[in-house]
Amino acid sequence: MNGLNPNPRHTWAGPLHGAVSDRPAIAGPDAAAKRPHDGISLLGTTALLFEAPGETGLEVQRRIWSLAREAETWPEVREAVPGVNNLLVTWREPPRRLAPLADRLAAAWEAAPPLALEGRTVELPVVYGGEGGPHMADVVAHTGLSPEEIAEIHAAPLYPVYALGSHPGYCYLGGMDPRIATPRRKVPVLRIPGGAVSIGGSQTGVSASPGPSGWNTIGSTEMSFFDAARTPPALLQPGDSLRFRIAGVVR
Amino acid sequence: MIRLLACGALATVQDRGRLGALRWGVGVAGAMDAPALAGGNLLVGNPDDAAGIEIQVLPLEARFESEAVFAVTGADCTAVLDGVPVLPWTVARARAGATLRLDRPAAFRPWGARTYLCVAGGIDVPVVLGSRATQLRGAIGGLEGRSLQAGDALPLGRPAGDPPPPGTGLVPPVLALPLAVGGVPALRVLPAAEHDRYTTDSLAAFWGEPWRVTPQSDRYGFRLAGSTLVPLAPMELRSHGIVPGVIQVPHGGQPIIQMCDAQPSGGYPKIGTVIEADLWRLAQAPIGARIRFVETDWDGALAARDAIDGWLEAARRDLSCLRPRSAA
Repeated sequence: MNGLNPNPRHTWAGPLHGAVSDRPAIAGPDAAAKRPHDGISLLGTTALLFEAPGETGLEVQRRIWSLAREAETWPEVREAVPGVNNLLVTWREPPRRLAPLADRLAAAWEAAPPLALEGRTVELPVVYGGEGGPHMADVVAHTGLSPEEIAEIHAAPLYPVYALGSHPGYCYLGGMDPRIATPRRKVPVLRIPGGAVSIGGSQTGVSASPGPSGWNTIGSTEMSFFDAARTPPALLQPGDSLRFRIAGVVR
Repeated sequence: MIRLLACGALATVQDRGRLGALRWGVGVAGAMDAPALAGGNLLVGNPDDAAGIEIQVLPLEARFESEAVFAVTGADCTAVLDGVPVLPWTVARARAGATLRLDRPAAFRPWGARTYLCVAGGIDVPVVLGSRATQLRGAIGGLEGRSLQAGDALPLGRPAGDPPPPGTGLVPPVLALPLAVGGVPALRVLPAAEHDRYTTDSLAAFWGEPWRVTPQSDRYGFRLAGSTLVPLAPMELRSHGIVPGVIQVPHGGQPIIQMCDAQPSGGYPKIGTVIEADLWRLAQAPIGARIRFVETDWDGALAARDAIDGWLEAARRDLSCLRPRSAA
């Protein structure tokens, strides 16, 4: 058994036994161990999650985009949606046997070349702290930095859009400086406003509409990220970039 | 057209959901109790993708502006059409100008939390990104992307054909496919990626103890109360796609089951996923109710899916025998 797999039961050894035993050639107690497919797990019968090994980075993310392009052409697959260092694969109809699909996904990952997307850059003015950044104090407490330092560090990079998700038009961004990383909140907040700029763990993003969130809101901005009548409906796509400009820091 | 004369909070137009828009960050929305909507659509002769009204807070009162065939499914309620009681899960016909009142039953402890009103032709709001379902976050689909209120006029589509005769009924899934452990409604769960990263005591509690549905439970998610689930070590995950049914455990240790209006991605650890075939059972668990989790595997989850599909197909077959010849 691969020692890296923290969760052998719920990759292919346990609940998927029926699927594995469909393959008599390698059936047996260690059949699954030969193909543990670290990083593949189930989300019920609706979807499968593939998590790439290693650190988050643009190079890995480009391979995720590439894997998504490949997987979404498979007949069983409804959507292949990139996350941050991972890929969600939803089924049109859940396959009777999972193992062949898992094998195929693992092989496709090994073969996936980094996909370079030519994106646009959008600039967003942000007011940090104050009413629009109710959790700035928590980030200050966690990092030991001042609000001004946090704003400066946050606004410095050009952030590539890694993935869309969370809610309509929302972008997961890569490249946040780890000095301002702050854990997600112990209990999610029931409503943060649209335009909230927030930090969750080592990630940052801007909410595109009001809704619940487990992240720490440090500032606010105004931008329409989503319009269902537009084609495509989302303003930004993986491969585009965001730059934050400090419009003010409120203490 | 039907006009709402009275309407409780959070009633929405829903269909089977918006599939295929996750790439833009758009979740599935759709009916929380999918079999109730599907059964209602069958009863009134609608196609599978027709929209109905999901009702969370009774009473609701509606006037049919033109003659229409309708059915009330899902959670128990008393339905009265112009003073005459209407059976649930049954085809009924309303004349133009008739008023339907759906109320909370007083005489006994009612089952369920969400009632569906399906009308022949379906609620004909515009299709947005492939679906009529209301997604409150982002105000997409449904009637202007919002929940319904008194005074709203809901357009009806053209009925697809002659529905079965009034009085025709279906046995609801809660009677056809009951599932409980020790008298507590049960949900089958497939373990998810972080399941094994919890303490033995936490896993014993997760699988062995009842969980209470807290008042902070809605179409976004069900927040549960019970023993605190403790991870073996702190986890901070990277954001990934999630689906309705995923049971997340925030750092506070009280699980949240993501539901139809859930974000399509998240980063809290996932202990399991309520299988697709049992989501309707959760949708019908009222606030304060207790639920239990039962572990299943891929084959078990597929069998459960087959069972609910089988219920629907048997209903489709039976009803098609009762439809007037002209519909053929």
